[in-house]
Amino acid sequence: MAAATVENWSWFTALALGVSFLKCLFISAYHSTDFEVHRNWLAITHSLPISRWYYENTSEWTLDYPPLFAWFEFGLSHVAKHFDSNMLVVENLNYASPSTVLFQRLSVIFTDVVFIYGARECCRCVKEQKGSRDVLIWPSFILAVLLLWNFGLLIVDHIHFQYNGFLFGFLLLSVAKHLQSQHLQGALLFSVLLNLKHIYLYVGPAYGVYLLRSYCFTQHNKDGTLQWRSFSPLRLLALGSIVVSICALSFGPFIAMGQLPQVLSRLFPFKRGLCHAYWAPNIWALYNVLDKSLAMLGVQLRLLKEADLPRASMTGGLVQEFQHSVLPSISPPITFLCTLLSILPAVASIWLRPQGARGFLRCLVLCALGSFMFGWHVHEKAILIPILPLSILAVESREDARTFLLLTTTGHYSLFPLLFTPAELPIKVVLMLVFTIYSFCALRKLYSGQGSLLHPLEVVYLLGLVAVAIVCEVIFPLSPWQQKLPFLPLLATSVYCAVGVCYSFLRLYMSLLRQQEKHKQL
Amino acid sequence: MQTWSVVSICVLLGIVVRWGVSLNSYSGAGKPPMFGDYEAQRHWQEVTYNLPLHEWYFNTTDNDLNYWGLDYPPLTAYHSWICAYIAKMINPEWVELHKSRGYESPTHKLFMRATVLVADLLVYIPAVVLYSLHLTDGSSNKKVSTLFCFLLYPGLILIDYGHFQYNGLSLGFALWGVLGLGLGWDALGSMAFCLALNYKQMELYHALPFFCYLLGKCIKRGLMGRGLFLLVRIAATVLVTFALCWLPFLPDPNQASQVARRIFPVARGLFEDKVANVWCSLNTVIKIRSILSSDSQLYFSFACTLLAVLPSSIRLLMKPTFWQFKLALANSSLAFFLFSYQVHEKSILLAALPVCLLLSDLPLIAIWFLQASTFSMLPLFMKDGLLMPYAVTWLAFLFLSIYLLSALEHCSEEKLRLVAYYKLIFCLSKMEMACTVRWKFYISIAVMAGLSIASVILVPPPHLPDLFPVLVSTTAFLHFLGTYIYFTIVQFSGPPSRKSQKKNN
Repeated sequence: MAAATVENWSWFTALALGVSFLKCLFISAYHSTDFEVHRNWLAITHSLPISRWYYENTSEWTLDYPPLFAWFEFGLSHVAKHFDSNMLVVENLNYASPSTVLFQRLSVIFTDVVFIYGARECCRCVKEQKGSRDVLIWPSFILAVLLLWNFGLLIVDHIHFQYNGFLFGFLLLSVAKHLQSQHLQGALLFSVLLNLKHIYLYVGPAYGVYLLRSYCFTQHNKDGTLQWRSFSPLRLLALGSIVVSICALSFGPFIAMGQLPQVLSRLFPFKRGLCHAYWAPNIWALYNVLDKSLAMLGVQLRLLKEADLPRASMTGGLVQEFQHSVLPSISPPITFLCTLLSILPAVASIWLRPQGARGFLRCLVLCALGSFMFGWHVHEKAILIPILPLSILAVESREDARTFLLLTTTGHYSLFPLLFTPAELPIKVVLMLVFTIYSFCALRKLYSGQGSLLHPLEVVYLLGLVAVAIVCEVIFPLSPWQQKLPFLPLLATSVYCAVGVCYSFLRLYMSLLRQQEKHKQL
Repeated sequence: MQTWSVVSICVLLGIVVRWGVSLNSYSGAGKPPMFGDYEAQRHWQEVTYNLPLHEWYFNTTDNDLNYWGLDYPPLTAYHSWICAYIAKMINPEWVELHKSRGYESPTHKLFMRATVLVADLLVYIPAVVLYSLHLTDGSSNKKVSTLFCFLLYPGLILIDYGHFQYNGLSLGFALWGVLGLGLGWDALGSMAFCLALNYKQMELYHALPFFCYLLGKCIKRGLMGRGLFLLVRIAATVLVTFALCWLPFLPDPNQASQVARRIFPVARGLFEDKVANVWCSLNTVIKIRSILSSDSQLYFSFACTLLAVLPSSIRLLMKPTFWQFKLALANSSLAFFLFSYQVHEKSILLAALPVCLLLSDLPLIAIWFLQASTFSMLPLFMKDGLLMPYAVTWLAFLFLSIYLLSALEHCSEEKLRLVAYYKLIFCLSKMEMACTVRWKFYISIAVMAGLSIASVILVPPPHLPDLFPVLVSTTAFLHFLGTYIYFTIVQFSGPPSRKSQKKNN
């Protein structure tokens, strides 16, 4: 350990292997219905012809990822048959034999190799600080821990069960390629990613504008404004052909079979409600609570009659369709508009004044966070999309480190309700502590000598999370309210976290504007 | 980074690994009528909670000693009694007399696992942290690395959190004893060791080194002056601690003798199952149990044990330094494991603890032995359905400890403390020595891995049903014997490098 140097990447191997072993320990832990979702997709892609993939509906968990992911499952299924071929039968609903569990868990752990590779490429792009001998506080080491040992990714992928690590691998690789100025490869990887999981469309605007502005235009004026004459049609053509060919590869067969409308209807189901069963900590969680408090206030002040209010709008906490009683109801086009408005300044700024790949990365984080804040039916897991790329910025600038600490701590805490089984409680608490202690101590040490990283009020807010955690996880389940108001801890968690996420969003925007100012002064 | 943050991260990771292992199955899960050690512990809670103290160790209508009768010293019984009170508060069905036999449920498993974790958090883990930070030398990074490896030793985790036992408590108390002696608080140290002894009688494996070290220290100070004072103080501490532990049983001599009979069951034979000790390995060649009567077996094994323990004890008595003490602990527990009567495969944990103490001094040998000790319990893990955690923790410990302690770079004669002997016997050059040791290590790891895979995948031939357990125990036995010989040589070779000697005096 003492002999390790920046060139010697043995510490990276140790980190990656260590976390992989840890993942293996969670094989027999609780897994959510997503486990059955993916088992079902294995079965569908393995035993049905392509033309039936997007029509099959024996299970309620129909295939709703883009075709490349279906092909990925198809590939996995050929390994799966050596473990237990019964899992590949579509009718075997909720099939979870020990070898099925083993196979599915191992498939997540092994496909994480893509993520490990992506993280390594990102670590290579980090600017090193010379002089420090303690390997634990090298920027590249910190980044490697923040990515590989990310708490959210560990519990969502390896306990809850999903393939996010594999997908984020593509995202990180593509970001790293842009940081290394290999834009075509970056674009290729991103279009593959889009065809694996379409949720990454959220960050599409950042990619589109950045590539168009900084790749297709080869030069810009001295003040950073656009030089129209430097447009290179050849580059646009190359870029376009890459994207189109990947999409053609993925969607081509379905277009040829005339199934495109069916595929798209599976990919974009707008029948769901504004918020997921458990509200993601975004602006709509605050909006819902405001609406409910106003309604209650109205009833108290006799301004509203209880009978007029929509029934059971909140008591369940699990009601999918949400009717607002006082404030206007929100429809998908409104959320779409809000999302667009929220990311517009960020996208405009990289068009007007591009600041290289790091400006692009900031814009990407803002797009991801903006759509998390204002999107329709957002899952709490989507908070990982801004958190992971933000890690890269956090080890390079003090301001971003501050935002990162706020966003990750609240965002990660908001994932707690994902694991509600008592046996997994110690794991989630301890892993969260490990990640939080490390990120705070390492980043503080990295930027030591420049004052404290967080404002005292922010510290108080974050410490409040501890109180929320104790009340929600320990005190409330033991109290009599557990029977009457089971949704209350979820509500408190999402509202409390929403405040932190909104604040981080604003801070991130402020740092963008500040960078613009700095740029102007130069 | 500050040491406290790295230490807390290491401890937290140690907890996550422990809890991760505990999600798996336990011994005797769903296997009536006898179940396993999990049921034994639960049964003790039931017995101690419902019966008056004077019936705990006796066969009565309410206490069937043939069904997991209490056979550990009083502290274990008290511990069960405390756990039973908590269990009763959560769910009275868990400890109901007679009716709760074989009780199994996910919530109960969670409760039992939590009791192990709490015991570990209170006793074992703090002792490991203090030992690694205060009694090992090197930079703070190296100390933390040692701490991390110490906490991750797979054998103990798998037995306590997988198979289900409370070794963390007895070993933890013994470790507090070591800590006390190492820091110069001899009376506190001996008190902690008495607690260990009263939790599990197997701690006797460590008793001789404790005795010799303290006696040697007293002699060194002069038996007529300050030494005598120290001796009296230690003796008084030991007597008082024992008296307090046995207090409820002392008034009735009948009680005390029954407890002692339960604790030392001489009627159970020279060895059970496949243990990696001398007798079991010898059994493949000579059927020793049919040659000797059971009484002479007892005396013979006793004589052999004594013979094997004596050299290291005498050496320690003459030269009571902390370094010698650590080596003597390893030697004595290995000697007991290899030669004594009625040894269980899990008793290798008693030898593993002192070897863990040597992780920072002799990294390669310590890791090697620890891997072999975990490997020796493979048949047990297979029976309990703990293959996956076994494979994961075994590999993780191998990889991480070698990386963190840079073990493979520390195998020259000097680092292995064998300078004098090798010059004398082999006249090998420095390079060759390091090289051969490394190669032996690789081969042995490959053999252990290969045998592990073979025992899982291959079906033994019908006329040799025990082929793989015997191969496993023999391989492990060879490793243990080799380690014993090596540690004895190190103990008798010159003092360790100057730096550690300064520290230890």
